[in-house]
Amino acid sequence: MAFNIKGKQPKGAAQNDLNTVPWLTKARPYLIMAPSLLITIGILIPFGMAIFYSLTNYSFRLPKHSFVGLRNWINMFTDRAFWHAVWVTVRFAFFATILEMLLGLGIALLLGNTENKFTKVLRVVLTFPLMVAPVIGTIIWQLMTNNSVGILEKFLNLFGIYNFPWAASHATAMFTAVLIDLWVYCPFVIILILAGIQSLPKSPFESAKIDGGSAWFTFKNLTLPMIKPCIYIALLFRLMASLQEFSIIFALTKGGPGDTLMNLSVTAYNTGFAFQKFGASLPYILVLWFIVNLVAKQIVKRWMHSQKVASGRDAAAEEGGKS
Amino acid sequence: MKRKRIVGNAVKNGLLALYAIFALFPLFWMVLISFKSDAQMFNTTFIFDPTLENYDAVLLRTDYFKYFLDSIIVSVVAVLISVLAGVPAAYALARYNFKKKESLAFTILSFRFAPEILVVLPLFMIYQKIGLYDTYFGLIWVYQLITMPLLIWVIRGYFEDISVEIEHAAQVDGYSWWQVFLKRLLPLIKPGLVSASLLAFIFAWNNFTFPLMLSGTHVETITVASLKYIASDTVHYGQMAVAATVSALPAVIFALLIQKHLVRGLSFGAVKG
Repeated sequence: MAFNIKGKQPKGAAQNDLNTVPWLTKARPYLIMAPSLLITIGILIPFGMAIFYSLTNYSFRLPKHSFVGLRNWINMFTDRAFWHAVWVTVRFAFFATILEMLLGLGIALLLGNTENKFTKVLRVVLTFPLMVAPVIGTIIWQLMTNNSVGILEKFLNLFGIYNFPWAASHATAMFTAVLIDLWVYCPFVIILILAGIQSLPKSPFESAKIDGGSAWFTFKNLTLPMIKPCIYIALLFRLMASLQEFSIIFALTKGGPGDTLMNLSVTAYNTGFAFQKFGASLPYILVLWFIVNLVAKQIVKRWMHSQKVASGRDAAAEEGGKS
Repeated sequence: MKRKRIVGNAVKNGLLALYAIFALFPLFWMVLISFKSDAQMFNTTFIFDPTLENYDAVLLRTDYFKYFLDSIIVSVVAVLISVLAGVPAAYALARYNFKKKESLAFTILSFRFAPEILVVLPLFMIYQKIGLYDTYFGLIWVYQLITMPLLIWVIRGYFEDISVEIEHAAQVDGYSWWQVFLKRLLPLIKPGLVSASLLAFIFAWNNFTFPLMLSGTHVETITVASLKYIASDTVHYGQMAVAATVSALPAVIFALLIQKHLVRGLSFGAVKG
């Protein structure tokens, strides 16, 4: 199963090639792939090591380390900080992803429905926040939300709100982090869904118009099922990334104030680097990896199903258009 | 009816304009502040005497240029290695049928989605031991996890778009496999290859986790170094803005060049824009 929105691989072509290309030997594809695999798999050794060292008390401070069994794991599961980190991780990912998907879908629909100079320029410039490094984006937002020079403070003053605390307060830090994430990654959702909208076939929409279907009816029964694969891809990418978010939170408050923004990534970093308890930091990140995998599998399953539905409708629509 | 449409369009454009302000104003504000002197920072908003003193302070009087150069070295070399090793791999995945093909392809893809910190923590330990910590090579190697999956998956799609007939025809003309690859296929995928490489460069350039944990003071990328300008004891907001503006510049410029291929690159070939 390929990661391909068309759902159909040019399998025939490849097989054809196998039989007719004289320079093909069985080993060749493996040989061609070897360099890229060697380079990346070399890096992957740590992956296995992570599991092993999560069972030790390895620390950069101790000269030697010893096997401690499941102690790190038990300590973690009985630590309230761990459950807090899971809660922060899930909450951040949920809010960031949902807002990005909804706003992204909305803006993509608006952009896809209108063709004029304004929207043409917008399609290009709206991608800028996505191209700026998330860390740099966070710095920009710190310049915006700063209470002495930030423009947002001056803006809120107009409405009688003074000294809005943004990232500095327990109550608003999560909101601020999600806002920055939304700013950086919403364009990602927009351009993926927009690509889906632009590749829609014209004929079913014309017949829907002739039949007098309402805009909502057309959206629900035609547009949505057909762009669903794109929506799932955007969801997959965003959910996986926001569950693991590190850069924005680290650059914003390093997990603070207090432990407000301590998600699993930041907690693992702090345990491993700041407290130098290397072995103890690994279970956190292994749990995160497990969660990410679980979520990804679910979305990929749905994505594959939606692809079948969409291509089915595509074909039906084309036939309908012809008759 | 007509009136309704005019109102509808106005609402649409209004909503889009609102989002555009949300998306672009922070960038505008960053550039604006970068030209503002410390003296005017607190008592002016939009109208002030622009000055280059922040640029002078950051670019000429700190190590900013070195960070910038470090970022360029690490990102460019990482992309070059990924292109050299990844393009042939993409070709193999597109054209050949072999055992474990899809699982190999997915393994490569999964590198991109593994939590970066999961890789970094053990790698930190290994790098310390074998002397790769805080070196160009160490960072370039780990950056392969960002650039390689992207290039392989995107370029694979471009190869699949090319009809095998072209290869057969070239073969009839007496070209060897290598010549077909270089003279027929590469020119065809060139636009895609260039944009995928530029996007890979942007990803590498923007990465923060790897250089933060696997590098120290010898090799310091711009993303990590930029945080230094947030030092709270000396609040030079203008200098913060300069550091952010200059480091965002390459990514934004490259993004303008690859608009047509952006969707494909960002979705690793899953969505063909």
